[in-house]
Amino acid sequence: MQENKYVKYTLIGISVVFLTLMLIIPLLVVIVEALSKGFAVYFKAILDPFALKAMNLTLIATVVAVVCNTVFGLCAAWLLTKYSFKGKNILSSLIDLPFAISPVIAGLVFVMTFGRISYLNDFLTANNLKIVFATPGIILATIFVTFPFVTRELIPLMHAQGKDEEEAATMMGASGFTIFRKVTLPNIKWGLIYGVVLCTARAMGEFGAVSVVSGHIRGKTNTLPLHIEILYNEYNFTAAFAVASILVIFAILILIVRNIVEWKNEKEA
Amino acid sequence: MAKVTRVIPGFRFTMGFTLFYLTLIVLIPLASLILKGGGIGFGKFLQTVLDPRVLHSYLVSFGCAFFAAIINSIFGIILAWVLVRYEFSCKKIIDGLIDLPFALPTAVAGIALTSLYSENGWIGRFFYAIGIESSFSLVGITIALIFIGIPFVTRNIQPILKDLDTQYEEASMMLGANRWTTFRRVIFPEILPSLLTGFGLAFARGVGEYGSVVFIAGNTPMKTEIAPLMIMSKLEQYDYYGATAIALVLLILSFLILFSINLIQWRMSRLKGI
Amino acid sequence: MYVELKQINKKFGDFKASQDVNFSIEQGKLVGLLGPSGSGKTTILRMIAGLEKPDSGDIMIGGSRVNDIAPGKRGIGFVFQSYALFRHMTLFDNIAFGLTLQKKSKKEIIQKVNELTELIGLTGFEGRYPNQLSGGQRQRVAFARALAPNPKLLLLDEPFAAIDAKVRKELRQWLRTTIGKLGVTSIFVTHDQEEAVEVADEIIITNRGQIEQKGTPLQIYKKPATPFVAQFIGESTIIEDYTKFKGFESNDGAKPKEKGVLRPEFIEIAKDETEILTPLAAEKGIVRAIYFRGNNIQVDIEVKGQPLTGYRTLEQEDLTIGMEVFVLIHRVYTFEGSHTEVIENRIKTEQNSVYI
Repeated sequence: MQENKYVKYTLIGISVVFLTLMLIIPLLVVIVEALSKGFAVYFKAILDPFALKAMNLTLIATVVAVVCNTVFGLCAAWLLTKYSFKGKNILSSLIDLPFAISPVIAGLVFVMTFGRISYLNDFLTANNLKIVFATPGIILATIFVTFPFVTRELIPLMHAQGKDEEEAATMMGASGFTIFRKVTLPNIKWGLIYGVVLCTARAMGEFGAVSVVSGHIRGKTNTLPLHIEILYNEYNFTAAFAVASILVIFAILILIVRNIVEWKNEKEA
Repeated sequence: MAKVTRVIPGFRFTMGFTLFYLTLIVLIPLASLILKGGGIGFGKFLQTVLDPRVLHSYLVSFGCAFFAAIINSIFGIILAWVLVRYEFSCKKIIDGLIDLPFALPTAVAGIALTSLYSENGWIGRFFYAIGIESSFSLVGITIALIFIGIPFVTRNIQPILKDLDTQYEEASMMLGANRWTTFRRVIFPEILPSLLTGFGLAFARGVGEYGSVVFIAGNTPMKTEIAPLMIMSKLEQYDYYGATAIALVLLILSFLILFSINLIQWRMSRLKGI
Repeated sequence: MYVELKQINKKFGDFKASQDVNFSIEQGKLVGLLGPSGSGKTTILRMIAGLEKPDSGDIMIGGSRVNDIAPGKRGIGFVFQSYALFRHMTLFDNIAFGLTLQKKSKKEIIQKVNELTELIGLTGFEGRYPNQLSGGQRQRVAFARALAPNPKLLLLDEPFAAIDAKVRKELRQWLRTTIGKLGVTSIFVTHDQEEAVEVADEIIITNRGQIEQKGTPLQIYKKPATPFVAQFIGESTIIEDYTKFKGFESNDGAKPKEKGVLRPEFIEIAKDETEILTPLAAEKGIVRAIYFRGNNIQVDIEVKGQPLTGYRTLEQEDLTIGMEVFVLIHRVYTFEGSHTEVIENRIKTEQNSVYI
């Protein structure tokens, strides 16, 4: 259908301007601010011991959260797409629940479960276990906010692929794990990778929830985003942006992976 | 109901693990929040929640999130349309960029937007020149929430628009409708359900958003404090019950929004006889 | 009897997919389950496979009850309607999958797969993925994959539904000969009567979750047991009162209680008396419409206010619309309860006997 040329270019123009203002310039400003005082200052900021410690904690929390949620995501997606059972819709909504919960509340939830006024407090202090304001709390909060990512990515895909192939394998006497490994997994691998990547991105960058459970002990329970906040609030803008630039690079990498995955998916379809 | 057959093996294992993990990570902690929150007592609960400063923070959160979701709906339709219907250079890049707010940590977005839209920022200076305070204000909060919500509407409409048979439009054109009428009467009703989903998700996300907003908001009491920040500040004063009370109200309101959007969609699909 | 279904009932919610289904199948037979969509034929197939569980009743294979045996252990090969080929596996790996699960040796697997690839005529395609094959080729791969573990029973769900018309014909013949050669007991589901008649040794006709009739294609065609079968198989016209036609008059002049079913093959349309052997037994009718159908001509006629349909060959003289023609009705099916009866044209039979 022939579209009016003016309409077309006006709409493209609006889109480009909107995205430039809202997405591209914010990315640029991070890089420009980070390098505003030269490379020496930049590297000093990102190699600062506190920054490295924060990086380390971010890495731990991200890896644990992503591994746990991937295993869960595969299980839940398999359950919700391969079987029919009562209460399936309720279960599906419960899995989506963390999407609808403010990150700050996600953090608060764990403070109330494991913190000073929780039912578990006596038990935890007696055994000298520290969850809130320590690494386990950060990991739990990260798991919570990234909870549905892998599942949500897999369900539409596995739904579209149906269960014929799995049934065919069952007819030939394959066990559940064999079916999963040999039939299902190869079919969903790109969707799974994308889900894992999204989960990683969100885990790495989570701020609100982690902020609540970290207690802000510098160098001990700080993740990269929290470290950025501290630097920023100390008016150490250049250092804040320098650390932020690392996360920007990851974000761009994630977008690239996303596009590769989409391209692969289209090619295979 | 008759015996249900589950041919593919693995039902018990996946069901068991899913329920266990869901209970451990989501249900027990949420239950603790609600149970512990109940310990505050009704009087104190109302007192906390009805505190003018808290009430105002709800207003700011919901108002700005609503406004941002509206703006994102408009731009979301345009973006989805442009990306599905037109061919132009660097379309791929634009399409890839849409997901940036999902990938970029909110704190990074927060400081970047604050720096851009502040009085001396690259963009802020133009806003301030025409008398609009684009940071440390409601405008600033809305800008941050627009950033966060960009992908929701676009990504929800895009697949629908892609699958929409152009024959409907052609039929409408053949009957003498112009382009705008065709869009309004033929295309828009088709994308409306997914638009609502996208709107709802962007709205809900905006209401709870903290990281990207807290830097640009300025956090002036009775002016630019958002509800999640109120929870945060109660926590900083070790007022756990107060924080929980505010959180519970926020949770209930968010669920009500999502629920009513589901309800509208359900009504619409019933009207269509699906 | 190799496969037996006894008093099978199955409900999906309120929908009765199977009601008191009973039938048995001899070893080595190729049986077609034929019925309109929603008649419960696929459900029956899936219950035999173990992909669905009946609410009540017994399913016997080879003399033992299999209700509680897992689908993979019933020794059944299943060809899915969508083929369900493993999309990320090559043709070779698809066919080898069942054998690998049986922990066969590499040598055995290679030998068996090669054998089957040759059988399906796809030697040289072993490295291809399903999406690099045509519909017909995929169908044959699905067939070979189901056969690889040497099943005692082969089930095929609408095996030709997704293939275009031209290839379908060839494939039907191929499947019939191949299954005949292998001698494996097979059941296939179809909604296409032409397909069932052409491929099956025996046909089981389903309707609304019940079995209407079981028999050879010829039996079913010549002696439909129920009104449903009579209408479902072949083309037919329902006649309220068949006694108004010559040769079918009732003795007491009363109208019949049952309706009659007329097939186009039962009707002879003649341009004039010379074209017809027994003109006395014929009615007169008016040509209402003429359709050229490639290998014959379909003629719609009106006889005593009743629209009827018949065929003429291309060799016969052309008719025109509005023309008066002779219409000889050879026979009519009638039903008493669920019992069918064939009524021959009395005048015609009497005349014939006189001449002979």
